[in-house]
Amino acid sequence: MSLRDNPLGELRVPLTWTAGIVFIVVLIASVAILLSDRREAFDTDDYGRPRTLSDKVMAPVGDALSTPGRLTGQGVDGIRGYFFAVSENRRLKAEVKDLRQWRDVAIALRDTNERYRAVLGLKTDPPIPMASARIVTDSRGPFANSRLANAGIEAGIKAGNPVMSENGLVGRVVGVSEGVSRVLLLTDVASRTPVMIDRTNSRAILTGDGGPNPKLEYLRGQDPVKSGDRVLTSGDGGVFPRGLPVGIAVKGLDGRWRVVLASDKAAVDYVRILLFEDFTQVANRAGLEQHTVPPPTPGASTLPPPEPASPAPAAAAPATSGPATPSAKASTTASPAPRSPAAKPPAKAPAGAAP
Amino acid sequence: MSSGGVQPLAPWRWLGVPLVQVMIATFVFALPFRFWGMSLPEPVFALPVVFAWAVIRPSMLAPLGVMTMGVYLDFLWGTPTGLWAVCLLLPYGLVLGGRAMLAGQSRLIMWAWYSAASALALGAGYLFTMLNAQNAPDPISVGWQFLATVVLYPFADRLIDLFEDADVRFR
Repeated sequence: MSLRDNPLGELRVPLTWTAGIVFIVVLIASVAILLSDRREAFDTDDYGRPRTLSDKVMAPVGDALSTPGRLTGQGVDGIRGYFFAVSENRRLKAEVKDLRQWRDVAIALRDTNERYRAVLGLKTDPPIPMASARIVTDSRGPFANSRLANAGIEAGIKAGNPVMSENGLVGRVVGVSEGVSRVLLLTDVASRTPVMIDRTNSRAILTGDGGPNPKLEYLRGQDPVKSGDRVLTSGDGGVFPRGLPVGIAVKGLDGRWRVVLASDKAAVDYVRILLFEDFTQVANRAGLEQHTVPPPTPGASTLPPPEPASPAPAAAAPATSGPATPSAKASTTASPAPRSPAAKPPAKAPAGAAP
Repeated sequence: MSSGGVQPLAPWRWLGVPLVQVMIATFVFALPFRFWGMSLPEPVFALPVVFAWAVIRPSMLAPLGVMTMGVYLDFLWGTPTGLWAVCLLLPYGLVLGGRAMLAGQSRLIMWAWYSAASALALGAGYLFTMLNAQNAPDPISVGWQFLATVVLYPFADRLIDLFEDADVRFR
């Protein structure tokens, strides 16, 4: 019997059509859901209840399922440590010897730094409290790089908090609920992080693309970066504190500057979430916006004199004479975490600070 | 021959079970395991199932299953909600539309079709992500995910073999 003579053949047409209609309806619904997604905002309110709920369900399941693997890894590490104890001991002794020299340098620099701070009257950031968490799921695809950590609101975590491993910056929290936080990695295609090159103070935006090495974009200045330069967070924008280690700059195969992430040195299984709040987060912005600026008093001596058209004679002067003028004082107080003056001479700082 | 003796294909067998298997496999591969310093690949386990569902027979429930898997992937992986639903529905529609051409093809040709469907899904993901994040994803990462997904065709083949002739109306 041929296919056309099949007595059940006529049933195929209506079912095929209805299946096609259902397909189109579902496709339209999916496109509508995609267009209404507010992921790009990365605000807690826009994170959404379904995502919060799914994170809360997935975190304990991931935690339970990853336990055997974690315990196996710890067991293997223990056995490896037992068999390689002698070579490990030699390596650690050499490292301790090297670190002793750095300890002496660090003590001397700390002393110098404290004296500079006292002399200049600098206001530095208070210590940042931290919460520890364990990574329970890990997405590594080209369209999303995020992880779930098993600590949430109860630990004081908020959206925007920076996340670090023992080696460097990992990303930031984009969604948080009871017992779980979603961490957007630096490699995510939607991730943008303000960074600076340690050697030149040049600023850049670290842009993830789903690959292992995010790009350095918006680099400015003449030769702002060279291979092997250390990359740190710049603190611009106030999301991250200044000076967190990010990685090392390398030239990519595509000719772009990229960063080998410091956090990639080892598996990111435990993380520290910095409960960081900068001034813009702490301040009551709504309250500040309600205050109207009083009108200037004509002829008052407190008004700053108009700027002369000719350039200032000494550009490097404000960095060393901070407290002398009100404007210089304001700029030093606004600086979130000044880097050690001993490491960077004051005359060099203004040139690099504005690339 | 009468239609009274025909046993319709139970949806839970060819839709429900593979859907749950995909969810479990995807979750296991999303666990933070490392072997010799390397993390696991991240294939799209849903794609073999989507391809097989479209080849086996047209269904009203299958698009809903595809959408469910897509939304699940979005929640698990952290992509914008609806991204993977759209990326999976597009190849499903393509294969469903070209079902007549796929009938009776050799395994190698079917594998090529499956690769084309995978390329369509990941290409759509690339485009939507680029528009959404205003930043192009790394093509090498997309290529790795494509390769990791393409090698999963034997699972689709197995599913097709199991259920292609199960419903006499769509032989």
